Amino acid sequence: MNFSGIPRWVYGLAAVGGLFVLLPLAAMVAKVNWAQFIPLVTSDSSLTALGLSLRTSAASTALCVVLGIPLALVLARRPFRGQRLLRAFVLLPLVLPPVVGGIALLYTFGRQGLLGKSLELAGIQIAFSTTAVVLAQTFVALPFLVVSLEGALRTAGNRYEAVAATLGARPTTILRRVTVPMVLPGLASGAVLSFARSLGEFGATLTFAGSLQGVTRTLPLEIYLQRETDADAAVALSLVLVAVAVIVVGLSYRRPHRADIPAEAAA
Amino acid sequence: MSFHIDATVRARNLDVSLSLGQAETVAILGPNGAGKSTLLSVAAGLVRPDAGSARLGDQVLFNLDGGSRVWTPPHLRGTALLAQEPLLFPHLSVLDNVAFGPRSAGASRAESRETARHWLAEVDVMEFSGRKPGQLSGGQAQRVAVARALAASPELLLLDEPMSALDIHAAPHLRRLLKRVLSGRRALIITHDVLDALMLADRVIVMDKGRIVEEGATREVFRRPRSQFAAGLAGVNLMAGTVTEDGLRTFANAELPSLHVAGHLDDEAEPGEPGVAAFPPSAVSIFLDAAHGSPRNSFPVAITDLEPHGDHIRVRAGDLAADITPSASAELGLEPGSRVYFVVKATAVQVYAA
Repeated sequence: MNFSGIPRWVYGLAAVGGLFVLLPLAAMVAKVNWAQFIPLVTSDSSLTALGLSLRTSAASTALCVVLGIPLALVLARRPFRGQRLLRAFVLLPLVLPPVVGGIALLYTFGRQGLLGKSLELAGIQIAFSTTAVVLAQTFVALPFLVVSLEGALRTAGNRYEAVAATLGARPTTILRRVTVPMVLPGLASGAVLSFARSLGEFGATLTFAGSLQGVTRTLPLEIYLQRETDADAAVALSLVLVAVAVIVVGLSYRRPHRADIPAEAAA
Repeated sequence: MSFHIDATVRARNLDVSLSLGQAETVAILGPNGAGKSTLLSVAAGLVRPDAGSARLGDQVLFNLDGGSRVWTPPHLRGTALLAQEPLLFPHLSVLDNVAFGPRSAGASRAESRETARHWLAEVDVMEFSGRKPGQLSGGQAQRVAVARALAASPELLLLDEPMSALDIHAAPHLRRLLKRVLSGRRALIITHDVLDALMLADRVIVMDKGRIVEEGATREVFRRPRSQFAAGLAGVNLMAGTVTEDGLRTFANAELPSLHVAGHLDDEAEPGEPGVAAFPPSAVSIFLDAAHGSPRNSFPVAITDLEPHGDHIRVRAGDLAADITPSASAELGLEPGSRVYFVVKATAVQVYAA
């Protein structure tokens, strides 16, 4: 047996911690009405909500990737005045109550909002639409991707990019053929976390997008609504959400990320 | 068609001016922190100097003097950089690593792979073309890196200690390879190895504290070193000072006061002009008391180190060194801190212009 260096009482506390997470899930599974499970989760409203959740989460993950890669690059590469402040603001949604985020989005994109007024004139209405769901999810999920990717970029360093430049590659070519491929594991785990966070988003969505069936009522909203009238349906849908989350997280943490730097560089 | 660079980087205390001919390889020697790598980075466009200009053939690499400032980004310079570590892109196959340069220059996938195969064959690693860099040994990876740099058809090849990360078996192989591919090319190579300089370079420059302190044909620099660093590489003791009728009056330094060294004057050494006195460590004897009677030179020194050197003991006293037999060392009871006299015959001392 290898020496672990962990005091015995730590195992005790770790067991309590594990149970704290597992026990509520087990309690929920115990409450599932298995006889009615299939009809409950395949009802029209359930399938509509699940479909909307998956579609909007996929869209917001894509938006996180498009906006998150540039943000992570700017934060990880060259230091500049105000960089710490920018990082603090980008990470703010991690600690902000989602309801507050929803209100902030409403005052930006809502009818009377900062940008909403101009958009309204152009005939574009964002609040209480599916687009609003995607924006709310992106707002809360973006920091997960940026944090994960910035770490990967810092670890990788920019020596490979320098070599690529002296070999004649333009900056855009370097980004496409060297930088992004080299941080792909970090980008993938960041994208998975963003997707999972989008899938579970509730507060900002409800505030900014409302709860219109088929338009803005995602699975978490549907569960909350069902809880009032049909507890069995709420529990069944919760289990579906847990299953999706477990699959997503399981896929990304299937194996520990090994550093993608070859042995020669580490030697 | 030549290369000229003139650059000042204040933050790193670099101030250098250097020219290279059409097919000339120049070795850059110097202690750590002398600014050698910074010079290469400036040439490659990875570090922006505060002032200066550089040209490569007809192309202006940068011109930061005067009104119209020019800055050519790294990818348009044609200056491929080869570092200590191969830095092969880990996600690309060996073939695609080497094809990277031609592909970036606009060649099609097929054309660039054709070019890559040519260079892989040239550096004798064709059999690894399908592998990932992680599956190569250090020596193999560095050969692939050479092929990758050459495939970009650089006008100027910049090599930053390409052999220093290799084990003693891989280094000679790569040195032979570089000798073959560097002939007829323009290259700057940073090295700590006399052998690299002698085998690969037409000319050497010695840098210290961000300045070029010595330059000349490789053999000449090692035959008659004028800087302390080159003297160390050439394995001779060097003392700087002013030439006199029959030797040299040294400059005082931390270890020795100004003193007169009797020696054989070179034809070009003019009394009154700056010069250096050089003598091999094997010509130095060690005495516990001051020796008398010319034509011997006697330097009072304090021993700093003793180390094995072949079948002799190398006794160091500051910048000076003496090689003596182990039995002589034991007899004298030498140890660091001992105050002794380094004695050398005037006929063993060469005095030449600095």
